Amino acid sequence: MGQGGPKLSGAEIFFECLKREKVEYIFGYPGGSTLKIYEKLYDIDFLQHILCRHEQGATHMAEGYAKATGKVGVVLVTSGPGATNTVTGITDAYMDSVPIVVFTGQVPTSLIGNDAFQEADIIGITRPITKHSFLVRNVNELAPSIKKAFYIASTGRPGPVVVDLPKDMINSSTEFVYPDTVDIRGYKPKYTGHQNQIKKAAQHIASAKRPVLYVGGGVIMSNATQELRSFAIEYGLPVTMTLQGLGAFPGTSELSLGMLGMHGTYWANQAINNCDVLVALGARFDDRVTGKIDTFAPDAYKIHVDIDPTAIDKNVLVDLPIVGDVKNVITELRKVMPGKPQVEEWMKKIQGWKKDCPLEYEKGDGKLKTEYVLEKISEITKGEAVIVTDVGQHQMWAAQYYKYMHPRSNLTSGGLGTMGFSLPASIGASFGVKDRPVFSISGDGGFQMNIQELITIKAYNLPIKIIIINNSFLGMVRQWQELFHAEKYSFTNLSKSNPDFVKIGQAIGIESYCTENPDDVDDLLKKALKTNDRPTLIEFKVVKEDMVFPMVPSGSSISDMLLKRLNPQRMV
Amino acid sequence: MKRTITILVENRFGSFDRIATMFSGKGFNIHSISIGETEIQDISRMTIVTSGNDQIIDQVVKQLNRLIDTIKVTDLSDMDRTERELALITLPYQKGSIEEIKNISDIFRGFVVDINNKSITLEITGPPAKINAAVNVLMPYGIKEMARSGTVALSRGEQLKTRKMKVA
Ligand SMILES: Cc1ncc(C[n+]2csc(CCOP(=O)(O)OP(=O)(O)O)c2C)c(N)n1
Repeated sequence: MGQGGPKLSGAEIFFECLKREKVEYIFGYPGGSTLKIYEKLYDIDFLQHILCRHEQGATHMAEGYAKATGKVGVVLVTSGPGATNTVTGITDAYMDSVPIVVFTGQVPTSLIGNDAFQEADIIGITRPITKHSFLVRNVNELAPSIKKAFYIASTGRPGPVVVDLPKDMINSSTEFVYPDTVDIRGYKPKYTGHQNQIKKAAQHIASAKRPVLYVGGGVIMSNATQELRSFAIEYGLPVTMTLQGLGAFPGTSELSLGMLGMHGTYWANQAINNCDVLVALGARFDDRVTGKIDTFAPDAYKIHVDIDPTAIDKNVLVDLPIVGDVKNVITELRKVMPGKPQVEEWMKKIQGWKKDCPLEYEKGDGKLKTEYVLEKISEITKGEAVIVTDVGQHQMWAAQYYKYMHPRSNLTSGGLGTMGFSLPASIGASFGVKDRPVFSISGDGGFQMNIQELITIKAYNLPIKIIIINNSFLGMVRQWQELFHAEKYSFTNLSKSNPDFVKIGQAIGIESYCTENPDDVDDLLKKALKTNDRPTLIEFKVVKEDMVFPMVPSGSSISDMLLKRLNPQRMV
Repeated sequence: MKRTITILVENRFGSFDRIATMFSGKGFNIHSISIGETEIQDISRMTIVTSGNDQIIDQVVKQLNRLIDTIKVTDLSDMDRTERELALITLPYQKGSIEEIKNISDIFRGFVVDINNKSITLEITGPPAKINAAVNVLMPYGIKEMARSGTVALSRGEQLKTRKMKVA
């Protein structure tokens, strides 16, 4: 089966391919089926292998790297348990459209299906959670499969791709030729929007009285932030963002309404309720955003721009769909805008809502609040940091109180809501981004879910600012228990079982601090910011019973927001 | 309402599985599914009969298109098309009933493809509605076993007008 190139082993081909894909980092963990690759890796210097402490960690690292840089994150794990440990991370990447390629070792082809030692049908297991996958069954297929994997992961609507590598494929050899181009007849992403649809959209926007741009993660993925900013500013269009969209538009701008949806701002949700033209850009009308579907933007003419046709008319029927890359579509839109909408009245109205119900929390009682910590982090970093949050209350407060100035700065698990995301994802971000500080912010619950990756952080001495928001509770679940489950705080109180986080940090060799005094926050954060050659851990012991408001109860209309706690504060 | 969707798909390891997984994962109905070779060596044709309102069918078509291995997806439901299904039906017979069964088979242009001293097997081909009718008429004779191929379909005459939007 000569192909005309030099004869290389599968392991060598693997690295030749990664070199051509300009891979800088592999996040991985070795094992029996990948030993040949690791043997070869020993002499490789054009990329760095980062040793995780659990393969789930490796997948989140790859996600963090990909989200922060826009490049493809690469994972390498062994067969069986190594492969199955990646499942949560792959699902997370699928839900949030993160481009990662996961290489899994596999038992030799002759043993597949035999329940061989450390065999798992990872292709079968991951089929519903991958954009695509390849089982390499012929060494000649190795290079083309890798080429396609990177192409599929990073184009169109990005997503995870699994490449399963049976041991005999890695060990046998063939002539190496890397394909220059990819041609997959069933996969031709459509990047340019339909011109007539775009013209129609421009007319609707220009004649709108109450327009809103509803911006999702797609804007960041397609690197359309500049286009969005120019468009919104030029035409005075208010912008609200989803959790994944935060950072697409500067949080400090007059036109920014902050986040919408379940824990969105009152004024953003009011703007959605009252708008007459809604322009969804790279967003998918997720249920955490829309609340009760029938009452979402009830009077609006809905325009939806997305690269993925399946996103359109999936949850909400729209009036004007435009399938295409958001960057292209916004650029084209700007060219054909017939005029500027008159929005003075509308902006005044929005400002009014903002005054009626600003984001606020109790200050001056001397107790430490998460909101305060996040406000401080925002202030001290001037919104310039990369903030990698975990899942829970602190995640929502970060979305509310951190004023993101740049895209690719809010790395968080949105679709899947994976606790344990932050710590490993911050590692990937830290490798990918050198010129801005990286913060990992977790609750005391989620911090313990991938706590082993603290060791990885120390091993590479990454200058990550590791923030633990310790409210001694699985806070977000506690909040629902208080509001909707008869205050039965079932299995959410961690106060008796939480470890001493400072001692854990110290045991690993990380400088670690703890405070419950608001007056210390500033100094500790500044100290961490100045430390650029090693990690710093800070545990903030915050009040236990705080709740995230405003809130749209699950399944309610976004006009029915709970603005604050109805009952008086109760200590738990 | 039932819809007939035809899919050209890469004849490759796992591509069928991806389609089936997608249907179950999204909760779409499958009434019948059939797959076989086409005139092109490495492309298979799959015919899926599904059901749902317009929004669901729109999603079915889009989700199928989204899969990397699907090359062309066509909703044939509103097109001029030929649909066929094949059924093998085994019935027990007694002295008097064999003639009746054969008569019914003739009316449906079926064939007797197997017979022994206890049972008779018919092959009936035609549009799914015709098979249903035949099954109904044969039911009183006590169907012992039945195998249906699922619908296969092609559009009639001219070039397919596809609703294909091939985007990631
Ligand atoms: C892996 C996983 N398990 C369970 C949950 C459900 N869950 C959502 S938020 C939450 C509480 C998180 O508590 P903590 O990490 O302390 O953060 P906080 O809400 O207090 O800020 C839980 C258990 C989840 N999102 N992910």
